Amino acid sequence: MTDLLNLVDWSRAQFALTAMYHWLFVPLTIGLSLIVALMETIYVRTGNVKWKNITKFWMTLFGINFACGVATGIILEFEFGTNWSNYSWFVGDIFGAPLAIEGIVAFFMEATFVAVMFFGWNKVSRGFHLASSWLTAIGVSLSALWILVANAWMQSPVGMTFDPAQMRNVMTDFWAVALNPVAINKFLHAVFSGWALAGAFVVAVSCWLLWRRSNIEAMRRSLAIGAWVGAIGLLLTMWTGHGSAVQVARVQPMKLAAMEGLYNGGNGAPLVGVGILRSSDEIAAGGDPMLWSVEIPHGLSLMLDMNTTGYVPGINDIIAGKARGADGTEITTESYAERMVAGAEAKAYLARYNTARANGDSTAAAAYADSVAANFRYFGYGYLDSPEAAVPPVHLTFYSFHIMVAGGALLMLVFLAFILVYWRRRQMLEKPWLHIAGILSLALVYIVSQAGWIVAEVGRQPWVIQDLMPTGAAVSDVPVSSVQTTFWIFAVIFTGLLVAEASIMVKFINSSAKKNIETQN
Amino acid sequence: MDNIANLQAYWWLLIAVLGAALVFLLFVQGGQTMLYGKNSVGDRQMMVNALGRKWELTFTTLVVFGGAFFASFPLFYSTSFGGAYWLWMLILLSFVVQAFSYEFRRKKGNLYGTRFYDILLFANGLFGCVLLGVAVGTFFFGGDFTVTRSNLLDAASPVISRWGPLHGLEAMACWKNVILGVAIFFLARTLGALYFTNTISAGSAFTRRMRAITGGNGLVFVVFFVTFLIVLLLQGGYREVDGHMVAENNIYLHNLLNMWWFTVTLLVGTLMVLYGVFRSALSHNWYGGIWWAGIGVFLVVLTLFCIAGYDGTAYLPSTADAASSLTIANSSSSLFTLRTMTYVSFLLPVVLAYIIYVWAKMNASPITEEEIKSEHHLY
Repeated sequence: MTDLLNLVDWSRAQFALTAMYHWLFVPLTIGLSLIVALMETIYVRTGNVKWKNITKFWMTLFGINFACGVATGIILEFEFGTNWSNYSWFVGDIFGAPLAIEGIVAFFMEATFVAVMFFGWNKVSRGFHLASSWLTAIGVSLSALWILVANAWMQSPVGMTFDPAQMRNVMTDFWAVALNPVAINKFLHAVFSGWALAGAFVVAVSCWLLWRRSNIEAMRRSLAIGAWVGAIGLLLTMWTGHGSAVQVARVQPMKLAAMEGLYNGGNGAPLVGVGILRSSDEIAAGGDPMLWSVEIPHGLSLMLDMNTTGYVPGINDIIAGKARGADGTEITTESYAERMVAGAEAKAYLARYNTARANGDSTAAAAYADSVAANFRYFGYGYLDSPEAAVPPVHLTFYSFHIMVAGGALLMLVFLAFILVYWRRRQMLEKPWLHIAGILSLALVYIVSQAGWIVAEVGRQPWVIQDLMPTGAAVSDVPVSSVQTTFWIFAVIFTGLLVAEASIMVKFINSSAKKNIETQN
Repeated sequence: MDNIANLQAYWWLLIAVLGAALVFLLFVQGGQTMLYGKNSVGDRQMMVNALGRKWELTFTTLVVFGGAFFASFPLFYSTSFGGAYWLWMLILLSFVVQAFSYEFRRKKGNLYGTRFYDILLFANGLFGCVLLGVAVGTFFFGGDFTVTRSNLLDAASPVISRWGPLHGLEAMACWKNVILGVAIFFLARTLGALYFTNTISAGSAFTRRMRAITGGNGLVFVVFFVTFLIVLLLQGGYREVDGHMVAENNIYLHNLLNMWWFTVTLLVGTLMVLYGVFRSALSHNWYGGIWWAGIGVFLVVLTLFCIAGYDGTAYLPSTADAASSLTIANSSSSLFTLRTMTYVSFLLPVVLAYIIYVWAKMNASPITEEEIKSEHHLY
């Protein structure tokens, strides 16, 4: 069991490493592809060649980043098989379909038209080139759609049933999977956050060149587009983020409780603005989990259903079987201890079903299959040792969530400030402190973006599929030493890749400072 | 069409099509292994840029090949990928380094120098081809694994697919797999040289050199491929009959005889490859070899996949437990998923159409030094 835990931990670490590096590159690809397409549209509509050259400047940065996203993306896809082989079998019937659609619909579109985007300036018409830039941007976003459909399904499994004969889940409703509200919200949240990240990137690079008093007109124009795309993206990210929290309250209440550090809930639950959690041991010993906090009274209840007295269960309440009803009132459901019993029974009935089927006793097999179905909702709890094992790492989830929210709010102020300055006080764009603020916003947006993913993925632990399969049951049968080895190989490659990318970008941006971007690209 | 056996066959065909397209597109990898040698800096620049405009297609085809396998035959995905861990990880690593090498190799500030990225491209060309060949070899020569679905009920050890202790290293040590891997490597080099001949206009010396490489590598490929074919026709395997795995000698020979149309596609494909390669090697002014050889390769690989999986043949025979061997029937997705995915697959002709259209547009004129000099985005 210890070995299995080690294997699970290292497999998770490897997947997290890959996903986090991937998520450094992908949102920039998503957002920058849109910004490049917008700039090229201005060029095609106005015929102003300066815009063509500005487009090429940002397209070069897009290209440097694009390759890194591709490199890390392929590993993620294959790691579902190499490191999570049991998972691949258990839900491959449902999960594989979005991945295949992603390849057929999105990746080929991206791969084909990105070549025209980079190399087609002298080979195709202006209209065809512009269409290629937009198709690349659409392809990039479509890639995000299907992988997020798959990810959302893991957080909120719908449109499937368990087939005891094959010992796996099978899809019964494709549209329920594809149009899962969690998936739609997650997709929009991820894409809009990509706009915000790319907006901050454009603002930061523009500010850097403005600070160096280079290409002032081109960078001011770029900065305006970056700030607008960033502000709109971030506003929409906040909107979908709220939608996401409401959905989390419905389908993953434990994650919401961890996000808020809420151990003991109740009616009119407060929203923590800032806070420091006590250590896990201190919390387990009883008392207030918060060492210090600034809270908005009734804020959490209000946020979930515009009702200041609505019930929100805490971690201890959820373990004890308390839940929030559709109308925001407290209801009683199965406690985690009862879910563990149900999960164990589902597994026991499944074993008996197998025996009956092997013996050719179809009547008994049918009866056991019914019993499996009756208990399958909590199948995953049958793998857990204790109810507490179903609680995610609260501290990491709590701090990540609050860093994301606070950082996002600060970033919005930065975008709005730049929009205001560009609109009403353009002479202020010469102020070095404003340039520094723009440059620092790049670090901020990456911290916010990574924190968001940590909330989404750490907050759902221990589940790889909510309530049905814990990570411990999803791994491959690989020696832990093998996973450790590949973890370090990937860590070295990704870090080397990131450093090289950053170095190339800095060099390119600095070399651009010495020339006129509007005429020399 | 709308029953599970037909849909399984349809999806195996799609897997075969993607696999065949992938092997053809490995000309990118083959080309990457011949950047140095007698090529001038200018030649190398044109070669890299000729390949660089296509590398994403190969890469995407590999990704879609994996995704399609996951969607249609998830038990293969979980058994082979999770079991032959080192084989797939090394394939992945070899392709990961390719993805950024093109973009970074000549950029200022790339930290490690152009030569470093070119070495990575060479490594991708060499190891990517050989290891993909080894992986495809396991379709015929098997893997050291068992599948026990009831393991799922054991909380302490729930993994259903278990591979032997070497986790894919043994597949790399199997000489039969290696023969296929080496054959694919030399095929990729041959196709790479044919692609350069077709795409780059760099003077007669360059073209002569490419034609010589085509002939030399083509010959080595033929030797390894014929050896592989002989080994394959002598190879035994398993066939699923009434739900049981039955051992059968010369199973692939029998498949070729029973499904005679595959013998035809194999022969036609082989002849097209030979024609494309050797006419190109011997001619001074014929540039169409890549298309003859490319279509031929497509047909041959398509045939190999088909005889690996059709007619109840176990496409991943288990050397540890015959009953665990995977067939397209016992490893596929459900009827519902296959049917749904089939509707999506109807988009493939559209995808193929725009790929061909864009390819034709972008390759309308050959790559020259002048064209490279005028290009904004360079590798």
